[in-house]
Amino acid sequence: MLSEVISSTTEEKSATFRNGVDRRTFLKIVAQAAAAVGLTGSMAAKMVAAVEKGARPSVIWLHFQECTGCTESLLRTSHPGLAEVLFDLISLDYHETLMAAAGHQAEAALEAAIKKNAGNFILVVEGAVPTKENGIYMQIANKTGVDMLKHVAASAGAIVAIGSCASWGGVPSASPNPTGATGINQLLPDKVVVTLPGCPANPYIFLGTALQYVALGKLPELDELGRPKFAYGRTIHEHCPRRAHFDAGRFAEEFGDEGHRLGYCLYKLGCKGPMTHASCSVLHFCEVVDAWPIGLGHPCFGCTEQNVAFNLPMLKPAEIVRPTPPATYAPVTAPQGYISPIATGIGGLLVGGILGGGWMASKKIAKKEEPASPGVMRSKGDTTGASGKE
Amino acid sequence: MDVNRREILKALMGGTVAAAVATTGMPVGTAAKPEKFEADPTALGLMYDATKCIGCRACMPACQNANGLTPDVGGSGGLYLQPDTLNAHTKNLIKLYVAEDGHERSFMKQQCMHCADPACVSGCPMEALHKEPNGVVGWTSHLCIGCRYCQVACPFNIPKFEWDKFNPKIVKCELCRHIVGTTESEPACTKVCPTHAVIYGKRGDLLAEAHRRIKAKPGFYFEDHVYGETEAGGTQCLVLSQVDYIHLGLPKLGNQSPAAQTRKVSDFVYRGFLTPVVVYGGIVAIVRNRWKEHLKHAEHGGGEDTHGEEKRA
Repeated sequence: MLSEVISSTTEEKSATFRNGVDRRTFLKIVAQAAAAVGLTGSMAAKMVAAVEKGARPSVIWLHFQECTGCTESLLRTSHPGLAEVLFDLISLDYHETLMAAAGHQAEAALEAAIKKNAGNFILVVEGAVPTKENGIYMQIANKTGVDMLKHVAASAGAIVAIGSCASWGGVPSASPNPTGATGINQLLPDKVVVTLPGCPANPYIFLGTALQYVALGKLPELDELGRPKFAYGRTIHEHCPRRAHFDAGRFAEEFGDEGHRLGYCLYKLGCKGPMTHASCSVLHFCEVVDAWPIGLGHPCFGCTEQNVAFNLPMLKPAEIVRPTPPATYAPVTAPQGYISPIATGIGGLLVGGILGGGWMASKKIAKKEEPASPGVMRSKGDTTGASGKE
Repeated sequence: MDVNRREILKALMGGTVAAAVATTGMPVGTAAKPEKFEADPTALGLMYDATKCIGCRACMPACQNANGLTPDVGGSGGLYLQPDTLNAHTKNLIKLYVAEDGHERSFMKQQCMHCADPACVSGCPMEALHKEPNGVVGWTSHLCIGCRYCQVACPFNIPKFEWDKFNPKIVKCELCRHIVGTTESEPACTKVCPTHAVIYGKRGDLLAEAHRRIKAKPGFYFEDHVYGETEAGGTQCLVLSQVDYIHLGLPKLGNQSPAAQTRKVSDFVYRGFLTPVVVYGGIVAIVRNRWKEHLKHAEHGGGEDTHGEEKRA
């Protein structure tokens, strides 16, 4: 498939910029790439300048425990297409799925790329790394995943974990996690790891991060989990196209019901949008309109969140941390605690009656006691005195 | 029993004396010079133009977040921020007024009005509620004794009490004074308002802007009047609306602040600390008298008793 892409591009318009893509086409590609990830026009110009200087960054792409879904979705982008990315913007020096080489040749290519661009290349990791039993659950070229990762990461300029598996473990780390699958940031505690969780990660987030690194030589602003804020700064719920239905209280109650068909909010079907930080709601996958779970009528699964995906039951409604107002309003004359004057009157009469009764009763008791000691002021003292005499 | 009655009588006596002093003091107090109060034009406040409000309520979660309040989800089961009135979790609430015929509608932003001469501050015995130098009516946690006089005093029913807490606070808008001037330049609600229906500034500037709007559209706003210009001696939070302000939950108030009215009495009563001295002196005198009488009786009746007991022993 890739060979088709490559051949069509190379034959028709000799893909690399240096080999004769006209400047206009090249600028278009870069502008598309920048626009797709929400970078500004000036950023696109910087990218162009960087690439024109021949500064195509070397990318080494490692695969561990995963399904290659992140690579697959990257292959399906078209603004810019992978061929343009590979030939004009980055230099992909090692990628087990895409490279032609195999066996010793492939390992030699990896070592050569590490040596040539030591300290500058972008290391992209796809997949979780097994750590149990010294990592023996996965070996490539006689090396365990942990060793391979540490070896390559040692000389990397920037490290990007693409997908939930590389970011925090993903599917392989789901309970009971027999292989001890871990995200790479836990294995590289002294390195800055850009995590791009998602199952798969949206390819544009990767492109945006990589191209910004190319253009400016620095990584985008990251949150405490290493996620670029431009893509993971808000929750799905905040930008959901079905949000109006949520606010109005229109919910799909079960799959296939009237509300579901009318495109109502999927919250009650277990949508994790309110808990999930991702950009899917505004950046659909691979230029296909509505190619993301909620767009297709399925509740958000929370694939980017370690505490949600493969952890919470899929159909269990999410917890809303910061609720916002519904579509209805509180009336100015809110029903407040109100006691009618009649009730107050009756209450007053009751209390008065009890007090009066108590008063009368106390008088009666006092009278009863008085005959025992008539004529003496301090009746109590006298009673005790009398009882003492008896 | 007799002893109990004595106790009750003692307490009653004290109360009557206090009440007597208070009532006799009051008419004299009203004769004292009424203090003329001018609202400070440089004091900080808000202006809420209900005709510009679209009811998006962006200000409500913004207020919650800025003040670290637990969201009041009402009966929504955790789905929505749904308070039906100001409460211990809500300092700012957008309400909707719909007339009975359904034609007249208006939003209303309910929050502390930041009175120029606040009744809550006047009522607070510990100065926990106080006027900041910039005019904001603030509340200080460590001075509050939880008497809730402020709740009774406020003509707008604004201060709320955390009934469900072990160490309750008084909750009311403090114009984000904990962040304005340090991390933020204005309160959270004005910052997020998309239509600038609520704006932040000095009272004088806000009032000028309100009059500019009224002048630009004569007859558009209700009675061409800014609510808060004169009400209760002037408030720093001003309201403009097309509908009668009374429908928005803003009561018709005189030009004098309730605080100024009560001050006439309280200033007299506490002048030179006279009343407390008279009242407590009176109580002490009565109790002393009663105690002396009691001792006298004890010498007669009680003496015999002890005598009798000794005999028995």
